[in-house]
Amino acid sequence: MQYDAPVASIRLVGVSKHFGDVKAVDNVSLDIADRDFMILLGPSGCGKSTLLRTIAGLEDPTAGEVWIGDNMVNDVEPKDRDVSMVFQSYALYPHKSVQANIEFPLKVRGIGKAERAESAKQAAEVLGLTPYLERRPGALSGGQRQRVALARAIVRQPAVFCMDEPLSNLDAKLRAETRAELVALHSRLNATFVYVTHDQVEAMTMGNRIAVMRDGIIEQVGTPKDVYDKPASVFVAEFIGTPPMNIFPAGSVEAADHLVGARPEHTHIASSGVAATVALVEHLGHEIQVVCTIDAEHRATVRLPAGTEVPSNGSSVFLTANENHRHRFNVETGLRIS
Amino acid sequence: MAIKTSRLRDIPLAFAMLGPSLLVLLTFVLYPLGKAVWLGQQTCDVQGKNCKSVGWGQYTTVIKSDQFQHALWVTVKFALITVPIGLALGVGLAVLADKQLRGMRFFRTIFSSTIATSVAVASLMWLFLLQPSIGVLANLGWLHDIFPVIKEPGLLKDSGTALWSVGISSIWANLGFTFILVTAGLQSVPKEMHESAYVDGAGGWMRFTNVTLPLISPTLLFTTVVLTSRAFQAYGEMDLLTNGGPIPQDSTTTVTYLIYGSSSIIKNNDGLQAAVAVLLFVILLALSALQFRGFGKRVHYGS
Repeated sequence: MQYDAPVASIRLVGVSKHFGDVKAVDNVSLDIADRDFMILLGPSGCGKSTLLRTIAGLEDPTAGEVWIGDNMVNDVEPKDRDVSMVFQSYALYPHKSVQANIEFPLKVRGIGKAERAESAKQAAEVLGLTPYLERRPGALSGGQRQRVALARAIVRQPAVFCMDEPLSNLDAKLRAETRAELVALHSRLNATFVYVTHDQVEAMTMGNRIAVMRDGIIEQVGTPKDVYDKPASVFVAEFIGTPPMNIFPAGSVEAADHLVGARPEHTHIASSGVAATVALVEHLGHEIQVVCTIDAEHRATVRLPAGTEVPSNGSSVFLTANENHRHRFNVETGLRIS
Repeated sequence: MAIKTSRLRDIPLAFAMLGPSLLVLLTFVLYPLGKAVWLGQQTCDVQGKNCKSVGWGQYTTVIKSDQFQHALWVTVKFALITVPIGLALGVGLAVLADKQLRGMRFFRTIFSSTIATSVAVASLMWLFLLQPSIGVLANLGWLHDIFPVIKEPGLLKDSGTALWSVGISSIWANLGFTFILVTAGLQSVPKEMHESAYVDGAGGWMRFTNVTLPLISPTLLFTTVVLTSRAFQAYGEMDLLTNGGPIPQDSTTTVTYLIYGSSSIIKNNDGLQAAVAVLLFVILLALSALQFRGFGKRVHYGS
């Protein structure tokens, strides 16, 4: 099941969505290219879901323009936008069989029974649901339900897929498996995906571009490599990567009035440098993470290979950061200094 | 063996725990029920004393009597009028009030207000509305030009309209109850189900039939059973509005009115009254069981 149907780019121009005094989305502009796998990433309450719902047509923007392909769709009903949506809760109809669930978008479009069944069968096959077509969603596992939701989304071959944290209700192992399957599905369908998540691992592994959001605005848009290697702000630096980037106080690593950041893999314990106290040593098997306290507001993590001799809790150490892996940020704005 | 003896030892404690509710149940439910069943095969004098058994055949006599069959038919018609219309109106109002519009809280209060109205008050209110000379309807000129029955002989006094009129007052009085239940049912339908159907292109009616109705079906079943049982037991409306009449057709003499009404033909016969009451109990029990079995399969109780 693949189509070169009218797949579409999405363009947001100055989009805002206010709920009373709350600016859920505040003057956001974003270009999502045709056949992109765009991730909207951010902590809860950052406005990423609202932005997605604005694209799908479930929210009317307070200001700004939403374009899908060559059409301004602000006043276009969701059904005419050629988008489908997958919800975190899957929103399957519990009283309908899996087949009837998958067929539903076709049924409401008045497509004949035989054709509906054929399309549903194809969609079910793509997602490995063929043996379950007769069952009710209640008789399926969480992972299977999630696939039914996906099958229902792909069955009418929309140009754009909107997904709102579709993996959040799965356990960790299944989530990792499904990540890979979604990437495969994206390349198989060759459609535009817009995917909302708060999980930076999902963002890094699935998307070809990531928009990092905070408080209703987009902090940075770029490839996963971009946002990891060149975070545009302290917020992005600390949000992406586990453990997050270490941020050193101004004047501690470099004698200048800016913050210095370094990934834990580029931070080392040395004989001189920034003074810190070891707060926690975590043995993860393949590596050791040493969490150090620099002052009341700054902590830093150092990754050491397994088997290395590590300082004990409470001991004083000195930290340094590789010269060519330092990130510099403005103290006031938190923005990257290039 | 050890389990058995310990269970035996628990029996006194178990009875002590069950005692209070058992006592209430026995005194106020089981004893009166048994007494009614027993009374149903007796005949008493006008004061209700000196009762003596005339045999269980009295139940068959009642079932075969024209009066009982007529009352049962009136009751069935009453239920067929009030339950579907009451349910449809309740669902309609609840769906309207479920929309997120300004001032909806006010309408919700209005729509649910009849739940706080007693049958007596509701019936008196409708009596004034329907009264043939000074009633509100009778003074709407254009209305009684179209329906002269409003003034002569009056909606409650015409054998063709009496049952419908009583039915309408009963529908009105039960509307708050239906409205509240269905509103609660609607609020339990996840918002995302509607949104998903909306994005998939389902219009309002499609969402109502494909999402809303199936998901509130347990509420609808429960409401239907309760409304039916209320319709079969309705008494106050008939007593206050029509007194079982108009006679001689006895158009609103329902089974409960036959049992209890002040102009009932068996008002002085405790034995017959008890027999009819027991039969009503059996009919209602069977009806509820039928409703649960019949609709139960089509009702979805969540995953």
